[in-house]
Amino acid sequence: MRFTKDHEWVDADGDVATLGITAYAAEQLGDVVFIELPSVGKTLKAGDAFAVVESVKAASDVYAPISGEVVEVNAELPDAPETVNAMPEKDGWFAKVKLSNPAELDALMDRAAYEQFLSTL
Amino acid sequence: MRYLPLTAADRAEMLGVIGAPSIDALFADVPASARLAGPVDLPPHQGELEVERAMGRLAARNRPAGAGPFFCGAGAYRHHVPASVDHLIQRSEFLTSYTPYQPEIAQGTLQVLFEFQSQVAALTGLPVANASLYDGSTACAEAVMMAARVTRRSKAVLSGGLHPHYAEACWTLAHTAGVTTQRLPAAIDAEAAVIDAINGDTACVIVQTPNVFGTVTDVSAIAEAAHAAGALLVVVTTEAVSYGLLKSPGEMGADIAVAEGQSIGNPLTFGGPYVGLFAAREALLRQMPGRLCGETVDAEGKRGFVLTLSTREQHIRRDKATSNICTNSGLCALAFTIHMSLLGEAGLRQLAKINHARARSLRDALAAIPGVEILTPRFFNEFAIRLPKSAVGVVNALAADGIIAGVPVSRLEPAAGMDDVLLVCATETTALVDIADFAEALTQELAQ
Repeated sequence: MRFTKDHEWVDADGDVATLGITAYAAEQLGDVVFIELPSVGKTLKAGDAFAVVESVKAASDVYAPISGEVVEVNAELPDAPETVNAMPEKDGWFAKVKLSNPAELDALMDRAAYEQFLSTL
Repeated sequence: MRYLPLTAADRAEMLGVIGAPSIDALFADVPASARLAGPVDLPPHQGELEVERAMGRLAARNRPAGAGPFFCGAGAYRHHVPASVDHLIQRSEFLTSYTPYQPEIAQGTLQVLFEFQSQVAALTGLPVANASLYDGSTACAEAVMMAARVTRRSKAVLSGGLHPHYAEACWTLAHTAGVTTQRLPAAIDAEAAVIDAINGDTACVIVQTPNVFGTVTDVSAIAEAAHAAGALLVVVTTEAVSYGLLKSPGEMGADIAVAEGQSIGNPLTFGGPYVGLFAAREALLRQMPGRLCGETVDAEGKRGFVLTLSTREQHIRRDKATSNICTNSGLCALAFTIHMSLLGEAGLRQLAKINHARARSLRDALAAIPGVEILTPRFFNEFAIRLPKSAVGVVNALAADGIIAGVPVSRLEPAAGMDDVLLVCATETTALVDIADFAEALTQELAQ
């Protein structure tokens, strides 16, 4: 699993990667009440806003950590947004993306580096 | 009376501080071609009495709708507004309050908006309504944008019965956002023609009932066709009083209902300010434009009101907001709410029946005139007639006799080849003697 400074995670399995927001992000947002997911087939560029997560505190864009095409979205999330708080890095995943440039993963932080980054916040 | 508070000495002192030789020098960066060459050609300032006389002369050139027989509809309707509406909206608590920026402190304003939304939801037959938009046409344009967001498609099909001004407002807003509007040719009774124009890109179809020609249509079959293709149905109404008699948009399967609310509580003025009604199915709530007022309870469990789901709005979502409108037609919505409350359900139904009855009287009187053909097959309080000559000429001739005969279609649809078609409307304000005068004047005009 790799991480961004915007607190997204990406977990690659072959050329398909799962995306979500980190436990830290979920904690900071507070209770998530609404999630807007991209449509399947949408092409993402690393850094593009691809989803919206709204909590009782704020509405935030979620940025794509990597480039690729959305092949699946977590269809259960819109009806159960609280899953993002309960299991942000597991059942609370947002979308699966077919990677167009797997080398982008190398530029992201591993867990140790991300935890180091969090300790500076 | 001086209008400007600064003396020449004040100006000279300020210019001295900033080191500019003259006020004009401050505009030196504006290209000369974009600047006026000299002073604007206006009369010098005048005393209050002179201004009052000048304005009075200007006002006398206008002919108020209430000054005699008046048969214009086509999107703006003359109705009786009870004196109590004007009295109540002029209470300073209402009149001076703008859109609430610290909303929860203005519980009275929020309660009015909540009641307004409840009335709009009841009238349109849809569960959620917003706190109003500018007018019917901008509400219609917002519906196009909302449908594009919901369906992630980029085309709207507009019926040939949609008010042309509404179609233009849709195009104005949508084309800059990459959403195309396909407008079908003007047609008196062909709302269902939108069905044949639906394809995989269609975000929504927009139909109007009663439409701009007055035709009432049950759009249920259009709803089914739209939904089968994954598109939304937007139902437009320009005459809100018709809700008192006709099947509601929600009952007919509309996903979004928009309307001009002027008819209830608001005078014609000169075409505004009016009040746009906007309601939708609950599943679409998050994509709605405009402000939403919600009912809740405070810390002590007492009923209270809040602005809710604000994360859709511009002050939070910036450029990704559902709309760039972050206000509402508060005072017009208040007038609507007060008048609706005075009418009640039975009162609105009665008002709608009177409107329809007057329009039938008008139909009967006009149909009896040689050369006049009634074109609208099913109407509420307005309909189209064909004349044996140009509608504009007839309207001008009758206006000279103090009768405002209606709206020539050529004013709305210059290219439709309907120069001989006139839209006429009757409401509860139309006296039977007005109809008799109109019929007599028209008979004479056509006999010439």
